Amino acid sequence: MLQASEISPEQIEQDKVYQEMGLTDKEYDMIKDIMGRHPNFTEIGIFSVMWSEHCSYKTSKPLLKKFPTEGPQVVQGPGEGAGVVDIGDGQGVVFKIESHNHPSAVEPYQGAATGVGGIIRDVFSMGARPIASLNSLRFGNLTNGRVKYLFDEVVHGIAGYGNCVGVPTVGGEVQFDDSYQGNPLVNAMCVGLIDTKDIQKGIAAGEGNTIMYVGSKTGRDGIHGATFASEDLTEDSESKRSNVQVGDPFMEKLLIEACLEVIQSDALVGIQDMGAAGLTSSASEMASKAGMGMEMNLDLIPQREENMTAYEMMLSESQERMLLCVKKGEEQEIIDIFEKYNLDAVAVGHVTNDKMFRLLHKGEVVADIPVDNLAEDAPIFYKESKVPAYFEEFQAMADYQPEVSNHAETLKQLLQQPTIASKEYVHDQYDSMVQANTVFSPGSDAAVVRIQGYDKAIAMTTDCNSRYIYLDPETGGKIAVAEAARNIVASGAKPLALTDGLNFGNPDKPENFWQMEKSVEGMSEASLKLDTPVISGNVSLYNESNGQAIFPTPIVGMVGLHESLTDITPSHFQQAGDLVYLIGDTKPEFGGSELQNVLEGKYFGKAPAIDLDVEKTRQQQLLTAIQAGLVVSAHDLSEGGLGVALAESLFGKDELGADIQLSGNLTAALFSESQSRFVVTVAEKNRAAFESQVDALQYIGKVTDSNQLVIRHGEAEAITEDVPSLQQLWKGAIPCLLKSKA
Amino acid sequence: MKFAVVVFPGSNCDRDMQYAAKEVLGEEADLLWYKEANLDGYDAILIPGGFSYGDYLRCGAIASTSSVVSQLREKAEAGVPILGVCNGFQILLEAGLLPGALLRNKNLKFMCHFEELEVVNNQTQFTSEYQPNEVISVPIAHNEGNYYCDDETLAQLKANNQIVFTYKNNPNGSVADIAGIINEQGNVLGMMPHPERAAEAILNSADGLKLFQSMLVNWRERYVAGV
Repeated sequence: MLQASEISPEQIEQDKVYQEMGLTDKEYDMIKDIMGRHPNFTEIGIFSVMWSEHCSYKTSKPLLKKFPTEGPQVVQGPGEGAGVVDIGDGQGVVFKIESHNHPSAVEPYQGAATGVGGIIRDVFSMGARPIASLNSLRFGNLTNGRVKYLFDEVVHGIAGYGNCVGVPTVGGEVQFDDSYQGNPLVNAMCVGLIDTKDIQKGIAAGEGNTIMYVGSKTGRDGIHGATFASEDLTEDSESKRSNVQVGDPFMEKLLIEACLEVIQSDALVGIQDMGAAGLTSSASEMASKAGMGMEMNLDLIPQREENMTAYEMMLSESQERMLLCVKKGEEQEIIDIFEKYNLDAVAVGHVTNDKMFRLLHKGEVVADIPVDNLAEDAPIFYKESKVPAYFEEFQAMADYQPEVSNHAETLKQLLQQPTIASKEYVHDQYDSMVQANTVFSPGSDAAVVRIQGYDKAIAMTTDCNSRYIYLDPETGGKIAVAEAARNIVASGAKPLALTDGLNFGNPDKPENFWQMEKSVEGMSEASLKLDTPVISGNVSLYNESNGQAIFPTPIVGMVGLHESLTDITPSHFQQAGDLVYLIGDTKPEFGGSELQNVLEGKYFGKAPAIDLDVEKTRQQQLLTAIQAGLVVSAHDLSEGGLGVALAESLFGKDELGADIQLSGNLTAALFSESQSRFVVTVAEKNRAAFESQVDALQYIGKVTDSNQLVIRHGEAEAITEDVPSLQQLWKGAIPCLLKSKA
Repeated sequence: MKFAVVVFPGSNCDRDMQYAAKEVLGEEADLLWYKEANLDGYDAILIPGGFSYGDYLRCGAIASTSSVVSQLREKAEAGVPILGVCNGFQILLEAGLLPGALLRNKNLKFMCHFEELEVVNNQTQFTSEYQPNEVISVPIAHNEGNYYCDDETLAQLKANNQIVFTYKNNPNGSVADIAGIINEQGNVLGMMPHPERAAEAILNSADGLKLFQSMLVNWRERYVAGV
């Protein structure tokens, strides 16, 4: 690997040293032009991380522009640490999702832990108190020994960090597919609560104002992490273990409390966390956003190791560090607040008016770069897009129609599929209740956290069915947004906005770029239709291992508002005697379904169709019925269709059962994954009122006290199963797979 | 009634404790940062859960050496009611205010979910509002909640009726299903489950509220009696 020792500027060009840092020849030439000279080693390192996909979105920017980002509810759209939406009473909800895929592939515990830590910092650097964490995880096949290790350690890492830092991990999803075998996905989302008057910005404004460094000392960990995140994983990736950062949640907890106190101080001008590309990105972005420059003296940076070079300090991704811009002369006020929490706040530089990013080290200028070229004006590249052959093949196929002879056995098989099976093994390791606001913890359609002192609550979910997106990115992209909104609505909340976690393969391959382009188009259309603008997000490309891309996985993290606590609606059946309705039409749609996976071991054909107008109407009607107090429980239909949804609806309260009557093709009725559907229960007394408010209704039976799931088809009892035994299969599947020999 | 909630670096249930005492129970409750805490004038002291000092040594070990714990010892001696929950319980054990130790859960994993507890001693100032042997639903959230003590200590705990809460379905391997114990004087209670997280129906159980109500009722009786 590279040594930071003195490689001359000319040698960097001659030996193409910049290539090892992830820069292309073309980019190097651009940099040389900007500088008007040969950039030195530190400078080229700074450019390489700032121009990495992870920091600059150089490939994805043209696509991200397609997202709708505005709406009356949006207080802060993309561009800051996290987005903010209005929830009334002068309050806002701050949220963002971020990926930590590559670090988690090589060092799963720390990779996942620092992913949680990073996104929490993004939220409290806005001035918000983090009130909930969610995550979205993808792994390969759980029968594989390494996958088991990755799965266990990622979960352990999320728990280790999240539990200690005192932010409840209230929700998330875990899915398994072979395409993630060598490249797991670890996306973490954090949600914060803020009085909108307290919103902070990551700016370094006011010439002469002081730049202060707070938090952990800088070490050699995570050097070039952002670049590492922007290339394919290969056999050599193991050697990049030192690119992975190490987390200290205790330090983060102190930082949260101290920073939330600091934001109340008039001495503070701007604040930003040192995330990807550490000191380099936070400092240059803060200056660039304010239209200013910055000068820092690296001798003053608190250092954990001896003899660190400028290059190492600027590229370190040591965790739990924040950069503050403070009014000149008022530094002591800030120092005192941090001192209370046993933290050091150190002045390391000041704001200049020359728009240059200038670094001094041991009495010499070691970098002097036009700051806008690092941040606001980083280059954009337009990639080639090409329809993949597989897509045309899938579209030309006749509809896939599975043959099922024993529906009861098939239901049991589906309940044991790791993607559908209970994730209790995972969720139990997360402290989902700290802060004492959690109404629904993981396992519900949406997590729900009440807002203290008000008659309102927040619903949150993460969603993405990547199988549909693989089959048809545009349709799949629409479904991802619609399904997230469906989860929010089923819990009784109005969807407000979303954050996108775009995970794709190498964008230099035109087929991969096409997947990205189409899914963003689908997501944009759905966000616009469902009035859930995109207020923040993250892009993770190069998710490949040994040349094989993951399924395109644009994860949707969505937040909604319960306008009253009485609107909060459980996803489980609650009371014997309640009526069970299916909302929405069922067609025989099995492309990308869990049933297809069970029967064929692969995905092919067309994704289920979605009509966004229909979707919107159904969501609105259901939400209105919930708000009118007509609905006892609501659950959206997803993987495994109605059969799985009915079983899941019975896994909440003990002793309940259901007696269901279905007609038509039983396989489709039970296992089709047609979109825009819910299963809801309604008290008998509200039958007429409910039926008059909601269209596309099918009354399918009643909740019973028999503790059995009975599904009749015509005269026959197609399925008669004890709920506890179904539940045992569903609960036991993942622990059982983990125990099995690889 | 005036509660003190002692906040250590890394405490993370401090505000939850304060909320339960102040907003749910309706009494006064102050957060006291460990460096400047003065426990004089408080009617009860709450030691919240969390990860004091990151739990980087043994849980609660570093916090137990802080100067506020010396004050805590004096208050314990003086009969002030003290409740330690989760990490707070661990701190009370490390400080020697309660006997025994907490080991890692038997499955070696953090666990967080509701557990059924039995109130095996409702003759304390923390549990008098519960029925004898009432079964309550209260969440646990811990990695080191496996209570351990030697046979002699266990015999003493039993003989003195110091076991206050037991698990109906022991989740973590605790000796004698112990979830919470009290000192011999009856004014220091330590427990792993979180009553402050189960003080309102919206949080899926209000069973923990009776613990705070018991403290209030008993304080009033003492107060009225002029003690």
